[in-house]
Amino acid sequence: MAATRVPRGAALMTALGQRLGVLLRTTTFRLTLSYVVLFGVSVSVLTVFFYWSTIGVVVRETDATLKSEITGLAEQYLEHGLDRLLNVIAHRIRTDESGDMLYLFATPDNRPLAGNLTSWPEVEPDAEGWIEFVHTRADGRSVPARARVYLLQDGLHLLVGRNIAQIRQLKAIFNHALALGIGVVLVLAACGGLFLSSRVLNRIGAFTGVTAEIIDGRLDRRVTTRGTGDEFDVLAEQLNVMLDRLEALVGTVRHVADNIAHDLRTPLTRLRNRIEMAARAAPEELRGELELSVEDADALLATFSALLRIARIESGSYDADFETVALDRLVDDALELYQGVAEGRDIRLVADCEPGSTVEGDRNLLFQAVANLLDNALKFAPDASTVHVGVHREPGAVRVQVADAGPGIPAGERERVTQRFARLDQSRSLPGSGLGLSLVKAVSELHHGSLEFGDNAPGLRVSLRLPERVAR
Amino acid sequence: MHILVVEDDRDTREFVRGGLEQAGHTVDVADNGRDGLLLATSGSFDLVVLDRMLPELDGLTIVRTLRASEDRVPVLILSALGEVDQRVQGLRAGGDDYLTKPFAFSELEARIEALVRRTTPEGPATVLQVGDLEMDLMARTVRRGDTEIDLQPREFRLLEYLLRHAGQVVTRTMLLEHVWDYHFDPQTNVIDVHVSRLRAKIDRNFDQPLLHTVRGAGYRLAADADAA
Repeated sequence: MAATRVPRGAALMTALGQRLGVLLRTTTFRLTLSYVVLFGVSVSVLTVFFYWSTIGVVVRETDATLKSEITGLAEQYLEHGLDRLLNVIAHRIRTDESGDMLYLFATPDNRPLAGNLTSWPEVEPDAEGWIEFVHTRADGRSVPARARVYLLQDGLHLLVGRNIAQIRQLKAIFNHALALGIGVVLVLAACGGLFLSSRVLNRIGAFTGVTAEIIDGRLDRRVTTRGTGDEFDVLAEQLNVMLDRLEALVGTVRHVADNIAHDLRTPLTRLRNRIEMAARAAPEELRGELELSVEDADALLATFSALLRIARIESGSYDADFETVALDRLVDDALELYQGVAEGRDIRLVADCEPGSTVEGDRNLLFQAVANLLDNALKFAPDASTVHVGVHREPGAVRVQVADAGPGIPAGERERVTQRFARLDQSRSLPGSGLGLSLVKAVSELHHGSLEFGDNAPGLRVSLRLPERVAR
Repeated sequence: MHILVVEDDRDTREFVRGGLEQAGHTVDVADNGRDGLLLATSGSFDLVVLDRMLPELDGLTIVRTLRASEDRVPVLILSALGEVDQRVQGLRAGGDDYLTKPFAFSELEARIEALVRRTTPEGPATVLQVGDLEMDLMARTVRRGDTEIDLQPREFRLLEYLLRHAGQVVTRTMLLEHVWDYHFDPQTNVIDVHVSRLRAKIDRNFDQPLLHTVRGAGYRLAADADAA
């Protein structure tokens, strides 16, 4: 169990890592993060300023007081001697009503000479002569203190300090408020960022949704404007104008295609019909040739109509009739249609159609696609071989597979075979227009399906995967 | 029969007219939609052959107008727009059949024949017969003379369609549409294989063949070999 747990955990972490990676790449996340960072920096700057102009002032004043006091005492000593200094210190201590001021005058070996501190604090002063220490008062309470030390001549030293408990308390209150404030600000910033970015992204989402539908050939879709005249509205209006033009162009192309069908097929019809009529009246020895010419013309026209059909499906102008199609039955019908052809060449058609394999689609087009796949397989399958046909349900889709034992398609050529008129060298001698698989591909794409070519070892395995529901 | 042909392309129009007159029909023609609609509404035609893309008034509008005024004259739409969806549009507009250009004249002939037959109801038949071949639609059995013939369901439908159009030429496309119910272009002639299998069952071991191949057109089920 333990052995399997590790890789499973690792796989889970990898999956989580991938999800996290996706999250980190989303615009929502990026916008929100920028928002939070911007807010955080602003609040920090503001805080520094507040600190500097409130607590900072108190701290600076305390320092200034201590500095001038110690300078004053030093001057007393220098000008009036040791006794004067001792007197002054005693006087200062007596007159200090707050009891916050601390004085100490000590010998070089730190023996107190005067002051209200019992011993020299065992803290090294910093470069400027400041020390901070904990002072135990006469009533037994310990208070934080800040003091300045001054080295007089003869190694005597002087300390003037102050109880800074209040300042410390103030700082604590400030820090507490700051922590709370920053927390609230960051949460607000994150919410604001999410709100703003989701608003923006919702509008972008509307654009993406419409463009996705356009890609699917629904050229009549437009982005809705809100009438606010903002940048998104301007973008939407311009996109809509662009789509109008695109739709008009596609309409023109469709029109042209229909006209080509009409204009080119009519003279071809005429040609074909003249030959057909001539064949009816022709003497026996000519009739055969003329009838073959009619067949050639028919083949030409069939190619032409297949080409037009592919173009119409691909351009989205084919008015497909979508309904629920039972693919298992449709494939059965196609198999039944081709059964005779297969038996004629001693080929076994082996079918495995899962019942209930339904998809949403145009039954005539799907039948055409399946028929083309069967046709293709039977064309390349050697005599007395087996062609396997399968219809299987997958989550949300149905897969139709046709596998033959023919020459197959080399891996490098598989992309090419669905192009129009693409014919591999080995198939040049066989009949066919080279449009069969192009049509399958077009039908597959119309149904949002996928078409894959694989190796049947030997032979070709074509797999047409069709989603059960076509999002439209 | 009195047939109206509405077609703007002169050669196609004359070709159809010539062929139909040769086949013994009376033919009137119109070269644009407006004249076509005027003539069609006169009510004197047994059938209208109608091009889809016409000057002044398109074919589908003509069919819709006819159907809106409850005119049930059979209409065969003729068009270069041959896609299945366009075909469905044509039939939904009220056309009875749809033929794609280019068409073999025999295909047009066969369809005209089938259309006119369809519009003359003969009452629900329970037994269909050609020569000594007999199909009982209720019992779903087929006999030729004293021999019972065992058919697959599809072969039964194929034979039923041929029997219902006995004596007429039935084209491969017509069989695909009516027996298989799918509109598609088979790349190889799969229909022929089915017909020859059916032929093996109903004609083999019998002196007189019933299922005939009509070259360049299709098939015909008849007791006599030649009559068209």
